[in-house]
Amino acid sequence: MSAIESRRATLVSVRPTSKLASRLKRIALHGAVLLLCVVWFTPVLSLFVTTFRSESDSSQTGWWHAFVEWRPVLSNYVEAMYLTGVGRSVVNSIVLTVPTVLGTVLFSAIGAFALARMRFRGRIALFLAMVGFQVLPPQLVLVPMLKFFLAVGLTGTFIPVWVIEMGLTVPFGIFLLYGFFSSIPSDLVEAARIDGASEPRIFFQIILPLSGAVLASLAILQFMIAWNHLLIPLIFLGSGSLSPLTVQVASLAQTNAGGLNTLTAATFISVIVPLVLIVSLQKYFVRGVLGGAVKG
Amino acid sequence: MANVNLRDVRKVYNQTQVIHGVNVDIDDGEFVVLVGPSGCGKSTLLRMIAGLEEISDGQVHIGSTVVNEMSPKDRDIAMVFQSYALYPHMTVAQNMGFSLQLRGDAKPEIRAKVEKAAKILNLEALLERYPRQLSGGQRQRVAMGRAIVRNPQVFLFDEPLSNLDAKLRVTMRGEIKALHQRLGSTMIYVTHDQIEAMTMADKIVVMRDGFVEQVGSPLALYDRPANLFVAGFIGSPGMNFLSGRYAQGRVWIGDIALPVAGPPSSENEGRHVVYGIRPENLSMGGEAGQPLIVEVVEPTGAETHVVGQVAGQRVIGVFRERVTTRPGDVLRVEFDSRKVHLFDPQSEQRIN
Ligand SMILES: Nc1ncnc2c1ncn2[C@@H]1O[C@H](COP(=O)(O)OP(=O)(O)O)[C@@H](O)[C@H]1O
Ligand SMILES: [Mg+2]
Repeated sequence: MSAIESRRATLVSVRPTSKLASRLKRIALHGAVLLLCVVWFTPVLSLFVTTFRSESDSSQTGWWHAFVEWRPVLSNYVEAMYLTGVGRSVVNSIVLTVPTVLGTVLFSAIGAFALARMRFRGRIALFLAMVGFQVLPPQLVLVPMLKFFLAVGLTGTFIPVWVIEMGLTVPFGIFLLYGFFSSIPSDLVEAARIDGASEPRIFFQIILPLSGAVLASLAILQFMIAWNHLLIPLIFLGSGSLSPLTVQVASLAQTNAGGLNTLTAATFISVIVPLVLIVSLQKYFVRGVLGGAVKG
Repeated sequence: MANVNLRDVRKVYNQTQVIHGVNVDIDDGEFVVLVGPSGCGKSTLLRMIAGLEEISDGQVHIGSTVVNEMSPKDRDIAMVFQSYALYPHMTVAQNMGFSLQLRGDAKPEIRAKVEKAAKILNLEALLERYPRQLSGGQRQRVAMGRAIVRNPQVFLFDEPLSNLDAKLRVTMRGEIKALHQRLGSTMIYVTHDQIEAMTMADKIVVMRDGFVEQVGSPLALYDRPANLFVAGFIGSPGMNFLSGRYAQGRVWIGDIALPVAGPPSSENEGRHVVYGIRPENLSMGGEAGQPLIVEVVEPTGAETHVVGQVAGQRVIGVFRERVTTRPGDVLRVEFDSRKVHLFDPQSEQRIN
């Protein structure tokens, strides 16, 4: 009796404090998250605001002054795009990135399909080798590759960059897609086989449509990688008229041609493309397409 | 339309043999059920007929051709999977028309065939839906529709109903049967459920561990099981097995003598036997009956199941009449001597 009563008493006395504790915890958590947001967002905001301020404004007042007195100008963007060659390099970046992304997705998918859905000799060994060699740093291949492409006379064109960017990501892509393809119920493939579908058709009409989300993930990942690479295009294309944004912005920063605000505008241009891409495609990261394939 | 013949078919998966020389003849238009406990090789056998598994040895004939080396699409078969295996990114109509499209049929022709099949299966209202928008039973129908549109020589079903609830299963059982009558095609149906086998089949093939134990019509299997396994597998509740000794037309279970109809068998004289009798072949007896010590009474409404002991061995009886008895009571039951199955305890084969 008394034991029960005393336990009830402690329960009653404990409850308000535990409630308070959990509330404090929540506040602390929210505070921490908020702080992180501010820390991350402030530089981005300052960059963004600065791109719209004139050179003279920037030299006199800090970027936050823009909120006191908002006098936006577009001259930084205009200058960046037309005078410093950033405009041309945006086109170069796209020409470098888009085929790289498409090729990476296609070759990864073909390789993963073969490994996941076909039975052939040396399949496991090939797969392990591909995963294993990823521990080697990518810089390792650059010198031999440069020698090779010099020998075949393809340096100064986009081809070596496409090939190497693909080559560096395709093993990971195969690894990623292999897991997904293996999880597609084999019944589905067999049903298609009985329906009369050939292997390429199974690949293009059954496997690929079901893999939208994971293919998009790979594409976005490779887009980010290729878009941000500096070293590889620099080695194979130099900093001439074929150079992409990364190289262009880097040399802009070095030479300081066009001033600081033009540089920030150029930087912002190089950030905005992947940002828009991610925000607009992020549902593919989340959504699974496989619902309804089997009982569920 | 075609017959299907399996000639000494074997399957070996890296050194383990899972199908041991199966011979089955399936006539044109027959509904054959492959039944057996899980893991006995039913699916493997069906998949070999479909062309999804290589045939390690032996021959599979469909019609008059040996199809061993043919790809699935050339065998003129259709298969319904347990998981339905509908293409999630295609509508019902596209799912059903996919094979026709691959075959190169014209669009209006495909549309007509799909609509005809949809009408048979009551799917007309669902043609533009995606599989994820359908219930389990509807998905099952679509899977059947996908098979029907091709008008194949042979239909293959691998446990198509086991993902449905009990009530729907009974309905679909009837529908598949009706479909068979309507189309008249050869159908091969795999299940682990002996009731499905009994109710649907023209011919049942009972399998165990990669061997065929018995082939026959449902009632032949029920009335004259060839061995202990088939006797125990077919029928629910299962057959009673009592071990005893045969002497002069009777089986002695302890000190109780149960007669076996027909002339006494001299070769069984004095032999240890397994005495088998189905629960419904027990009946309420008067003073002449054998004593059954009641352990459990289960009224199902239509009939009453009584579990008890006869001479120290467990027996189940199914009685049409209402039995008002309690555990511990002694019932007097008669064993129908014309319905006795005798088996050899070593070889497990039937001996009467
Ligand atoms: N791909 C495979 N590799 C090795 N063994 C297999 C494979 N598929 C099935 N088996 C084995 O073959 C036997 C029969 O399997 P299955 O035909 O699926 O049985 P059922 O359909 O009667 O339940 C099982 O013992 C199973 O373990
Ligand atoms: Mg099976």
